[in-house]
Amino acid sequence: MELAQMQKSLQDYTKSLFLEGVLDSQFLQLQQLQDESNPDFVSQVVTLFFQDSDRILNDLSLSLDQQVVDFKKVDPHVHQLKGSSSSIGAQRVKNACVVFRSFCEQQNVEACHRCLQQVKQEYYLVKNRLETLFKLEQQIVASGGMIPAMELGF
Amino acid sequence: MGVVTESQFHVLAVDDSFFDRKMIERLLQKSSCQVTTVDSGSKALEFLGLRESNQSDDPNATSTSPEVEINLIITDYCMPGMTGYDLLKRVKESAAFRSIPVVIMSSENIPARISRCLEEGAEEFFLKPVKLADLTKLKPHMIKTKLKKESEKQAEEVKPEIEEEESPVIEILTLHQELESEQQEPMLSNNKRKAMEEVISTGRSRPKYNDITTSV
Repeated sequence: MELAQMQKSLQDYTKSLFLEGVLDSQFLQLQQLQDESNPDFVSQVVTLFFQDSDRILNDLSLSLDQQVVDFKKVDPHVHQLKGSSSSIGAQRVKNACVVFRSFCEQQNVEACHRCLQQVKQEYYLVKNRLETLFKLEQQIVASGGMIPAMELGF
Repeated sequence: MGVVTESQFHVLAVDDSFFDRKMIERLLQKSSCQVTTVDSGSKALEFLGLRESNQSDDPNATSTSPEVEINLIITDYCMPGMTGYDLLKRVKESAAFRSIPVVIMSSENIPARISRCLEEGAEEFFLKPVKLADLTKLKPHMIKTKLKKESEKQAEEVKPEIEEEESPVIEILTLHQELESEQQEPMLSNNKRKAMEEVISTGRSRPKYNDITTSV
């Protein structure tokens, strides 16, 4: 594939993520923090987010499966996931966490189970999308090209 | 441009989340600050040189790293053990470190929390996720502290007894001096307004140079 075409694909792909609400402007903030001195910042932070989230989702599954659910354990996990997803711009994950937290407050186990499923769904979606995005970037870089700068002006 | 703006500012960032520490570190680096990150309030105090028990008879209690000058502390609010608010209080209670500006970060927008922190002396309260644009608000606070330190050094060379009786006069003079030096720097209008209000309302009980300097 031609370099220019790859770059266009990347831009279109990224745009679609914003339009679908999978990513929000905070992701652009992340990109602003990437430069020649920190060329892999975005992928590093996102990888960290994946590692953190995998662990948290696992802990949440375990906590919610207990006979007696300890919401004092559940809530901080959801809080952290909400924070990190918000920091990278994973809007739908963050929104799912907000709902999750309100049910934690009500100590509604049924609803929390449903929320966890919802969070997982959104998380796997954004994870999949971002992995694709990074692959597209790598292809461009491997072909000697530059990653086009993204602007939220569409 | 004054000397102050050419030296790098060193910020101490406190957050229990590794992820958040990575973020704030990068944000600060991108804003041309030197950064030290710690994962708790007690580690922050340790870094500054403040022991938990505040032993004044301990000759080593002043600073563990005297060469490291911290120009600002930015801390998460929600942390296990010592919260950001507790850390803020400890810093403001310390004679040696109360002049260091403290900024609180939180992912939760709770007005009561925000006003409590500001009342306790926090310079700013940032909602997470912190943005690059938020950090531009930090420079004035750090510059102000450096200016204060410099003018305090000068004041020490003048007679210290003047302080009690003639403080209003000296305050006005200092403000005048600050305004003069400011003409070389752009001014932030809302900080100036705040500073003017402080001069009008300030009583003897206030620390002499607190918040009457205008930002540059």
